[in-house]
Amino acid sequence: MAQALNAALRDEMRADPMVHLLGEDVGALGGVFRITDGLTAEFGADRCLDTPLAEAGILGTAIGMAMYGLRPVVEMQFDAFAYPAMEQLVSHVAKMRNRTAGRLALPITVRIPYGGGIGGVEHHSDSSEAYYASTPGLHVVTPATVDDAYGLLRASIASDDPVIFLEPKRLYWSKAELNTSAATEPIGRAVLRRPGNSAVLITYGPSLPVCLEAAEAAKAEGWDLAVLDLRSLVPFDDATVAEVVRSVGRAVVVHESTGFGGIGAEIAARVTERCFHHLAAPVLRVTGFDIPYPPPMLEHHHLPGVDRILDAVAKLQWED
Amino acid sequence: MTVLDHRPTTPVPPWLPDATGPRTDPAPLLPDHTPVRVLGTPALAKYDPELLRDLYRRLVIGRRYNQQATTLTKQGRLAVYPSSTGQEACEVAAATVLRAEDWLFPSYRDTLAVVGRGVDPLAALTLLRGSAHTGYDPLATRTAPLCTPLATQAPHAVGLAHAARLRGESVVALAMLGDGGTSEGDFHEALNFAAVLNAPVVFLVQNNGYAISVPLTKQSAAPSLAHKAVGYGMPGRLVDGNDAVAVHEVLAEAMDRARNGGGPTLVEALTYRLDAHTNADDATRYRESEEVEAWREHDPLTLMERHLRAAGVLDDALVAQATEQAEALAATMRAEFHAEPELDPLSLFQHVYAEPTPQLREQAEQLAAELAAEAGA
Repeated sequence: MAQALNAALRDEMRADPMVHLLGEDVGALGGVFRITDGLTAEFGADRCLDTPLAEAGILGTAIGMAMYGLRPVVEMQFDAFAYPAMEQLVSHVAKMRNRTAGRLALPITVRIPYGGGIGGVEHHSDSSEAYYASTPGLHVVTPATVDDAYGLLRASIASDDPVIFLEPKRLYWSKAELNTSAATEPIGRAVLRRPGNSAVLITYGPSLPVCLEAAEAAKAEGWDLAVLDLRSLVPFDDATVAEVVRSVGRAVVVHESTGFGGIGAEIAARVTERCFHHLAAPVLRVTGFDIPYPPPMLEHHHLPGVDRILDAVAKLQWED
Repeated sequence: MTVLDHRPTTPVPPWLPDATGPRTDPAPLLPDHTPVRVLGTPALAKYDPELLRDLYRRLVIGRRYNQQATTLTKQGRLAVYPSSTGQEACEVAAATVLRAEDWLFPSYRDTLAVVGRGVDPLAALTLLRGSAHTGYDPLATRTAPLCTPLATQAPHAVGLAHAARLRGESVVALAMLGDGGTSEGDFHEALNFAAVLNAPVVFLVQNNGYAISVPLTKQSAAPSLAHKAVGYGMPGRLVDGNDAVAVHEVLAEAMDRARNGGGPTLVEALTYRLDAHTNADDATRYRESEEVEAWREHDPLTLMERHLRAAGVLDDALVAQATEQAEALAATMRAEFHAEPELDPLSLFQHVYAEPTPQLREQAEQLAAELAAEAGA
């Protein structure tokens, strides 16, 4: 996946000279995860800019660059390091189009490696998607496959709106043949990764492989689980989600960020509002606990795994 | 050796570059402790009388604009107005040093600079009226929206100036801030980025003595706010912020420096807001009337008129002409604000994204149905 992201950046930079990268360590080092590897060599230090270490300054500078016609792609090194830039993000990036009645758009892509499962120490494993998703004006997308890493990143950079591009760290090393010729999906469409008729697991980003694994294990129980990958949290694909839930009748939302006030709560509410008469059971959530991200030696207790997902599926009242 | 003596007791390791030597000679960066003044000095004679009259005329119109806007708040026609009465010299000078291609990044108190830039005087007030966030086109006027969060527009100025230079265009960005804004992290990050990128930016800090009620002594322990420039490696300049000619001079010099590749400058203008922070605040709770009266003696408008008359570049006819223009603008403001603005509720959903999300479409339909029901009832 890391290479697919690198290829997407390279291809966008080749296609559009206005695309500029900036962030801490994105230059000579190629980023701590090597996502910007080789881009300074090909495009120069101005287009792949090593900045001072200050996230508000990085994003604030990107805003000014976008105001002058550039298409900045910002790298925030780790999820929790993006918080100093929250004011720039919420007060300016998200609102500039609205503040100026559409006269000034900010086509900024903010790339944020997020989530746990890689043994990162404190402040290196947060899942902050709910903060971004509850900020009007931002698109929030997160790929779970190698093809989506490429396609969604190119679509994000090409978007005239700001996009929070959440990169699941623990999938950086996932491997698959990249199909760059595949048509780029527009932002805002969920995709069914696995059909099934017992229940549907609604998920995204780092939890997709876990859900696929759970669906495979569920066969032993005689359950045929569908797995739906949201890909985009904002805009949210109500139509696809409702269609799948209505056809299956039972749903579990799975994500690793905390549950209280989280994305899963929003999805459960939306599904209930739209599909109440099609549901054979309440919509359940399997999420991380409502705790600060734990020390890495304990994170496996916090992150939703196959067993916890199957336990939830078992609670879906199978007797109609 | 005392505890205050930080000199290294061991030699600097040879693998470090000369760690004791400064990267930039601080001497030319250090601000002069005496603010630059032109009015009342022989230097006034070298200025083009047309520039002086233009600055004076802008001061008169700016003062009247401030007064009329404040009156409109008392009549409930304007939601809030942070007056720049007493600070007009900074406001008008900022407008006169910008070329058409340059960009202005104002804060919420800088409506006069925005108007001076050529933005329609009524369009500049939509934010404070509460009818729309930004009533003017930032791209057409090269004027960023009035910024309410403190100092957050400063990094935008840096990024824009940097981008313009990358695109080979000669553009200088002027960011306007208050003394309180210099305590914000974004101010420091902006200065650091500007210096590192050698961006063509000028930061104008209008030090009016108070951040709402907190005096400068509780805001900063620096000898002057201009001194803050030194640590970032850019020049700091100190100017009498009530001397419109001096502010023009210092800003113009900084703008030229930036335009010619010399990088950013931090300018501190020493001024005073004669009114409260906004119409909503009671300034008598935190400052003595003696202090206010002392600053009235140094009012930028009377200062300008006295010295220009003495220099023979201003007469009764020009004063009357400027006053007439100011009254005409005030009358236009009253007429415009007497009428209720036409607002379209469905515009709420138009500019959140380039294309509304499915969720916003649903909500727009909901509001449209509510409006239709109201209209039918």
